[in-house]
Amino acid sequence: MKPFIKLSTITLGAIIAFGAGTIAGSPDARAEWKPKKPVEFIVMAGKGGGADKAVRFMQSIIAKNKLSSKPFTPINKPGGSGAEALIYVKSARDPNHTIMFTLNSFYTTPLRQPKIKVDISKFTPIGRMAEDTFLLWVHKDSGITNVKQFVKAAKAKGSAWIMAGTGKNSEDNLLTDFLNKAYGLKMKYVPYKGGGRVAKELAGKNADSTVNNPSEQLGFYQAGKTVPIAAFTPARLPLFANAPTFKELGKDFVYFMQRTVVGAPGMSKEAATYYRQLFAKIYASDGWQGYMTKKSLQGGFITGDILMRYWLKEKAIHKVMLQKMGALK
Amino acid sequence: MDTLSLLLNGFAIAFEPLNLALIIVGCTIGLFIGAMPGLGSVNGVAILLPMTFLVPPTSAIIFLGAIYYGAMYGGAISSIMLGIPGASTAVATTFDGRPMALKGQADKALIAAATASFVGGSIGVVLFTLFAPPLADLALAFGAPEIFALMLMAFATFIGLGSDDIPKTIFSIFIGLVFGAVGLDIISGEPRLIFGDIPGFYHGINFLVLAIGIYGIAEMLWVIETSKGDALMSKAEISVRRILDTLGELVRTWKTMLMGSLLGYFVGILPAAGATPGSLMAYGFAKTMAKDPETYGKGNINGVVAPECANNAASTGAMLPMLTLGIPGSPTTAILLGGMVIWGLEPGPLVFTDYPDFVWGFIASLYAANLFALLINIAFIPAFIWMLKMPFTILAPIIFVLCIVGGFVPTMDMHDVWLMLVFGIVGYFMRKLDYPMAPAVLAIVLGPLAEPALRQSLLISGGSFSIFFTRPAAGLIMAAALGLFLLPVWMIVRRKMDQRRKAS
Repeated sequence: MKPFIKLSTITLGAIIAFGAGTIAGSPDARAEWKPKKPVEFIVMAGKGGGADKAVRFMQSIIAKNKLSSKPFTPINKPGGSGAEALIYVKSARDPNHTIMFTLNSFYTTPLRQPKIKVDISKFTPIGRMAEDTFLLWVHKDSGITNVKQFVKAAKAKGSAWIMAGTGKNSEDNLLTDFLNKAYGLKMKYVPYKGGGRVAKELAGKNADSTVNNPSEQLGFYQAGKTVPIAAFTPARLPLFANAPTFKELGKDFVYFMQRTVVGAPGMSKEAATYYRQLFAKIYASDGWQGYMTKKSLQGGFITGDILMRYWLKEKAIHKVMLQKMGALK
Repeated sequence: MDTLSLLLNGFAIAFEPLNLALIIVGCTIGLFIGAMPGLGSVNGVAILLPMTFLVPPTSAIIFLGAIYYGAMYGGAISSIMLGIPGASTAVATTFDGRPMALKGQADKALIAAATASFVGGSIGVVLFTLFAPPLADLALAFGAPEIFALMLMAFATFIGLGSDDIPKTIFSIFIGLVFGAVGLDIISGEPRLIFGDIPGFYHGINFLVLAIGIYGIAEMLWVIETSKGDALMSKAEISVRRILDTLGELVRTWKTMLMGSLLGYFVGILPAAGATPGSLMAYGFAKTMAKDPETYGKGNINGVVAPECANNAASTGAMLPMLTLGIPGSPTTAILLGGMVIWGLEPGPLVFTDYPDFVWGFIASLYAANLFALLINIAFIPAFIWMLKMPFTILAPIIFVLCIVGGFVPTMDMHDVWLMLVFGIVGYFMRKLDYPMAPAVLAIVLGPLAEPALRQSLLISGGSFSIFFTRPAAGLIMAAALGLFLLPVWMIVRRKMDQRRKAS
């Protein structure tokens, strides 16, 4: 592993305090590097998706609070489950001005497509901005209110029970496989493009269940069309306090989606320090904190070595999961 | 009554000085962004989104909505004047708009496009105002089988789009479908047809790359060859008398306008479809239903009216699922949706009750934006006409530069520029060999929509095609699609019978 700036001993709280301190204007003698031209902010997904919205939201926080003298330009590279973005950032011509917003495809795509030769341990850890959560959703008209009823109904329908998700071997597919194994179900997984579309298929009764992120189903939930019946989180989510965790139900399964800013491989130490401080400030801003509450996002800001260790751990977990579902040769 | 008072309240908001100024500025910016080949409403809205936090959310969406509208008008301009689609939504406008310009009727085509845009946009906004909630439910219930049936109907309308040479038309459709299949396949999760491992193919072949290659580069090569470099692009003139004559002629296209607007609006409200398929379908329908289909593609004014009505109606339609379901109906509304999140609004089924000022102010602003876009567009027509009078030796390099920029901007990838040049050269030779190009363009737009819908439907039904007929909406559309497929066959049979009768 490459030597990173010693941030590993700094706790999360200290980073936030540090970030907040710089917002207040305390001078920082170390970080003198500043972007010299517009920063390319690569998005591993298409325009309008959850990741894209988050990037444009961060872009607006940067602009609104004048956190950078140079603009951050979002560039969408959605091709090949993020393969296109990974290849682009891996061989970025100017690593000091290239950062990327990533999801769990940051681990799964290099595992599934070894041909693209992406080694995530070469990338520069900037900051994990949040972890998105997953819940199991059904349509309200189905009358299902708990997992027991869900299992009964899904068993009765067998392979005619449709679980809509966001693409083969995606996060949704992993969770569907887990449910099928854990409860002895035969739900059929039907992939759609994007979480919003998946949410709509459930609300329009073209699917029987989904494993959407809260932000994707929130509108339909508030309109009384869909309900969450269980959460893939360690503790219940404040927004959906009636939905128990799978842990409570005796199935120890927790799954998150990272929302993390990654720097190009070969980024200089000074530039990495700059971006880490910048995104710590964004994380601590009222705007981002409000966004996290509203979207029911979890997770603290982590960076440097801690973030790298988190990646490597998650990569190992995903490798096992993908092997189990037969997606890896 | 309730709706009316809400709408009037919305007008009060839209006509606040700041908002009115933003509508006018937005329409003008949008018009020029739309007129630039390759730059469409998506780019305009995405670039200007971060600036909108300077104003309140309602003003922000009014501004972006005006850009969206303006761009829909502007897209037609370069389609007609230069033969290069100004935006993906205006590809169908080149089919007849370009021939009209070459016949010296550029002013007529531009006025037709502007008027049709106005009519389409207005019908769209009125439908939006009156029927938003039931239409949202309809969009919600529309699943994969219905979408596939609709796409099949679109293909059916394009059977007669090519030349009479059916094998060449079929070849063109198939090559378009193959291009459309390049990139990641979401159903299997694997990349397809990436030619070994070329990273540029991971995002698929951008439809604009093909369209600009064929209609921009190939067209230019064609003009150079046929004119030997000394031709004016076209004769063009404009006068009040000609404008009035054109308006008179446009009144007679009301049927096409109505059909294009309704079809465009309906396709627009379906998530994931958007204005590009809407305008192509409207063109196909107009031609199929016409008494004189052979004049289409040679400068029939209906061929300009249909797609322009449809793309503006569709862009209004696409706002419906965005606001009421939180799902974008087009790439541009996807960005607007992101904007709403940035401004602290939660789009979704409750948006009408939670933020009435925002929604109704926005809807009212669309009425206003529609009118201003029309006026600004007409005011600029003499300038566009003047541009056409430039000698070809000056115009050609400008077009070439615009093509390159247009190919580069959507993905910011040089790979797409090279690909576009290849398409241009191949397109030129295909044209020399009399292969129709429009079916390929249609296929690359509709293929990526139709294919996943077909496979999702068959996954749901366990492989049985009955799913397309047992669901009421899907069955109805499917029957109409099959009818359209059989229509040309029946026409041929009837013509043959007529001939026989005459002979005997």
